[in-house]
Amino acid sequence: MASFIQLLVSGLATGAIYALIAVGFTLLWQTSQTINFAQGEFVMLPAFFVLAAMNAGAPFWLAALIGIALSIVILGILFKVIIVDPMLKYGVLPLVISTIALSLFLKESAKDFYSSQAQPFPALVPPTDIHIFDAVVSTQSLLVLAIAILTVIALHILLNKTRIGRQMQATAQNPTLARILGIPVQRMVLYTFLLNAVLVAIASILVSPIYLAKFTNGETLGMAAFIAAIIGGFNEVRGAILGGVILGVLDNLSAAYISSQYRGAFPLIILIAVILFRPQGLLGRIEERTV
Amino acid sequence: MTRVGIIAVVVAAVAAIAAPFFLKPFGIFLISTWVVLTIAAIGLNLTLGYAGQISLAQGAFVGIGAYTVALLTPLGVPFFAAFFAAGLLCFAIGWVLGYPALRVQHHYLAFVTLAFTTLVFLVLRNEEWLTNGIYGITGTQRPILFGWKTNGARDFYFLCLGVLGLLSLATWWMLRSPWGRAFVALRENPIRALSLGLDTRLYTLMAFAIGSSLGGLSGALYAPLVQFIEPNSFALGLSFNLLLMVIVGGSGNFFGPFVGALVAVLLPEWLRVTQSYYLIIYAAAIMVMMAFCPSGLLGLAERASRALDGRRAVTKTSVPTEGAGP
Repeated sequence: MASFIQLLVSGLATGAIYALIAVGFTLLWQTSQTINFAQGEFVMLPAFFVLAAMNAGAPFWLAALIGIALSIVILGILFKVIIVDPMLKYGVLPLVISTIALSLFLKESAKDFYSSQAQPFPALVPPTDIHIFDAVVSTQSLLVLAIAILTVIALHILLNKTRIGRQMQATAQNPTLARILGIPVQRMVLYTFLLNAVLVAIASILVSPIYLAKFTNGETLGMAAFIAAIIGGFNEVRGAILGGVILGVLDNLSAAYISSQYRGAFPLIILIAVILFRPQGLLGRIEERTV
Repeated sequence: MTRVGIIAVVVAAVAAIAAPFFLKPFGIFLISTWVVLTIAAIGLNLTLGYAGQISLAQGAFVGIGAYTVALLTPLGVPFFAAFFAAGLLCFAIGWVLGYPALRVQHHYLAFVTLAFTTLVFLVLRNEEWLTNGIYGITGTQRPILFGWKTNGARDFYFLCLGVLGLLSLATWWMLRSPWGRAFVALRENPIRALSLGLDTRLYTLMAFAIGSSLGGLSGALYAPLVQFIEPNSFALGLSFNLLLMVIVGGSGNFFGPFVGALVAVLLPEWLRVTQSYYLIIYAAAIMVMMAFCPSGLLGLAERASRALDGRRAVTKTSVPTEGAGP
């Protein structure tokens, strides 16, 4: 039972990180039909920005801010302006290919210009354990969980309670109508890219102390984000959060209780089951097919 | 096909037959790799270029084909029986995999195939009793065809080239048949195809399953070519590579995979000087190409030749107007 609680907490922590990545992924899809195959690499990269800033002498908190800022500029603005905008007129497929090439580009760049070795990444808190009943829970897991939950709450308030957030939602749901209502659609699309950049940067800072900063991190993280988004529902932010949490918990529990060799396989089996029996995802709406 | 096109194909075929007589063993190995990868890329082109679905499982099908041959031939199964078994197995798996994914629109096949490739990799790595895990399988025998031993590098290259020739003819014929034209209709306008009475889902599924079986056949040649197969060769990287080959050559263009595979095989050798930056350059080049010419290198060539033709047409028409002048 004690180990179950430990696994549950660390699963929730991983799941919360997955959720942040998946939310960004679905936001991009909703507002600009961008399926970002480089999303995993987007999470891998900010950790290297932070490390580079620290090598230049910045303290961790400043380096983290620099990492988030660089991420906004490079993974938000430049990604949209250089890669997405010129491609949109060709439809979804070429853009998918382009983001696949981008993921290769970012991965190899991190390897060649930084290091091919896994880099230790500073933890947000000193690694101590807290005893809750019988279970030993690391403070790191709890902090990750807390930050992720705060981020999700902030995101929820931004999207549902503010004017900009509601304009973004309107843009996602019906761009034509949004434009008629006087919403600056292009600016809203840009905001979602910025939001995605912030989310992946936060996820990167949270996940790197656990996994170490390594150029291959994006492969598993990107896959987790796709699967979380599909499980929850591709067109629902809440769905992506639910999908991420389910995935994180199941991943940890199945690795401990069923088979660690096939750890990577369980999320894939869930994915196939969801596609078979509930293709719109747990919380998703069925999209009308348009001519 | 235009006259220039026919000449280009004949020249390429002659070059492919003559090449091994001028190359060192490593060169022959490279062009053999090109032939084998082209077969897989032709299969993927059916799925991507004609049915308009992204598959990230072609590398996994190559792996399944390679392991099928590597496991069956030591048991005494003749090579060509194992070869066809690889194709049939991949056809069946492709069917089962595509069936649920194609129930849903959008890009679900991309995600399902992505998941499938990872699953196949895990099975190949973990089921040591069958696949020997990370240690791989060595020494797959090259076949003997009617007394012709294909042990030599050049002989085996010609065997692969022959298989490629037959499979391309079969694909060409299929795409010309009413059946294959349905694939094109599907890509151009799926809803129109549906309203004309085509069972779009069935045809998409067919394109994917046939494409997958070509992946398996390619793998069946890959195992005796390299004579050492291990799970990492068939991880996601190979599937991405094959996808990029089809795109670089020109997806939906019959000769696209030939060109794309050639670029993918030769470029790393030519860009040796750039060392590890090669993949960065390659990835950047693909992004630039997608932005300016998403129809690939052959699309670019077509555009160039059309521009030339256009200029010629203009000069032709302009001649009589000059003559008709004052």
